Amino acid sequence: MARYDRAITVFSPDGHLFQVEYALEAVRKGNAAVGVRGSDVVVLGVERKSTPKLQDSRSVRKIALLDDHVALACAGLKADARVLINRARIECQSHRLTVEDPVTVEYITRYIAGLQQKYTQSGGVRPFGLSTLIAGFDPCTGVPSLYLTDPSGTFQAWKANATGRNSNSMREFLEKNYKETSGQETVKLAIRALLEVVESGGKNIEIAVMTKEHGLRQLEEAEIDAIVADIDAEKTAAEAAKKAPAKET
Amino acid sequence: MKLDTSGLESTAPSFGSSNELIDGFAAAPSFEVPVTTDFDGFQKEAIQMVKPAKGTTTLAFIFKEGVMVAADSRASMGGYISSQSVKKIIEINPYMLGTMAGGAADCQFWHRNLGIKCRLHELANKRRISVTGASKLLANILYSYRGMGLSVGTMIAGWDETGPGLYYVDSEGGRLKGARFSVGSGSPYAYGVLDNGYRYDMSIEEAAELARRAIYHATFRDGASGGVASVYYVGPDGWKKLSGDDVGELHYKYYPVMPSTVEQEMVEVAGA
Repeated sequence: MARYDRAITVFSPDGHLFQVEYALEAVRKGNAAVGVRGSDVVVLGVERKSTPKLQDSRSVRKIALLDDHVALACAGLKADARVLINRARIECQSHRLTVEDPVTVEYITRYIAGLQQKYTQSGGVRPFGLSTLIAGFDPCTGVPSLYLTDPSGTFQAWKANATGRNSNSMREFLEKNYKETSGQETVKLAIRALLEVVESGGKNIEIAVMTKEHGLRQLEEAEIDAIVADIDAEKTAAEAAKKAPAKET
Repeated sequence: MKLDTSGLESTAPSFGSSNELIDGFAAAPSFEVPVTTDFDGFQKEAIQMVKPAKGTTTLAFIFKEGVMVAADSRASMGGYISSQSVKKIIEINPYMLGTMAGGAADCQFWHRNLGIKCRLHELANKRRISVTGASKLLANILYSYRGMGLSVGTMIAGWDETGPGLYYVDSEGGRLKGARFSVGSGSPYAYGVLDNGYRYDMSIEEAAELARRAIYHATFRDGASGGVASVYYVGPDGWKKLSGDDVGELHYKYYPVMPSTVEQEMVEVAGA
């Protein structure tokens, strides 16, 4: 098997593209990222590893704006992310120039996925080592959308999904607890999913909320702490309610 | 027969969708410059050679019910009328029309090319392209061929989600959004009638009659316009051809021959 992971243009005998699979491994080692679509918002959340004391945390923004109405969060190689985000931003503007319309979320997702695919079918280059969660509102219809792309260049639309470290646990949580939500409820759901795998606290989570009217808004640490406190309170209340009937019998 | 598809590739610079993987920025398109001592003068001469007067009359205007598009059908080569039955209104797709003024081949080819691009846009994005987008695509292509001798003076008329749309696009690379346009050598005459009789609140029949009359008057005074006055209507369900009347017959309809008194009668002169 070792012979088939050098030049990625070569298939292995059993149909694998090993470089693409290794890229997926790199994604699995990246920080956790979650996206949840509500009826009037889309929420992106990213795990923020503890910032070293000397680092200016404001310079590390993990959720990027592609255009006024589309945002991107990713898991994997951050340097690759920078390149992909720049190309996507240019494409958003180029689209505005050629058809005088902002991109739809599906269009820019298709573009990013196409770019990721191109790098799996060319000589001398390696695939991008990241999966992206793309969230936004369609400019004409106003419908909220959430998409996920991966290093192989595929993309799908999701109601909610997670990628990066421990994404399986987050996804299981979302599958169990997802329901149609809106506004603050959607934010809470996203934070609860992230808290499954991340240490509690506003310091370790970055949340951004995309709405049709106000575009992308990054939540302040204090806001996130407040919501986390809310969630903790609800949790203890639920546990207390469970224990109480047991005591009576 | 191998088709030359080089015209189908967009030569406009498109950032991002480059073929080079390493460099994200596509290089601006460059074309070979002719080897000549008088570079500027050569360009001017070439343009003057192919800058025809755009012998035609086409017009289009937006009104309450949609867009009205009309054109004559004469093709002339100098003083020679080469055809009286040219289709100058080109059907790009069922809800968009383009008009032809200038070089017939240029207009026909690039309108068909635009039709391809519109259809591809529909298939990729699962919704129709807007009139704004379609006219922009054409304008970008024509701009990239600027100075190379294309002669196109066209109007893109259509109906999209935002309602009726009308744009004027020409081979200089200009693109204008407007409610009333007339293009061609007969346009001054057409504008006179059109601007005089135009109201936004017209019925489809009134608007068609106005368009027909404007084309007729242009063909009456302009030698390079004539043939058949075609009138098309673009509404929410797409375009529909309303009429195609020979302008000679229209003349007698508007100015029927009245029997008039004879001033001098010829009298038989007795043989000498």
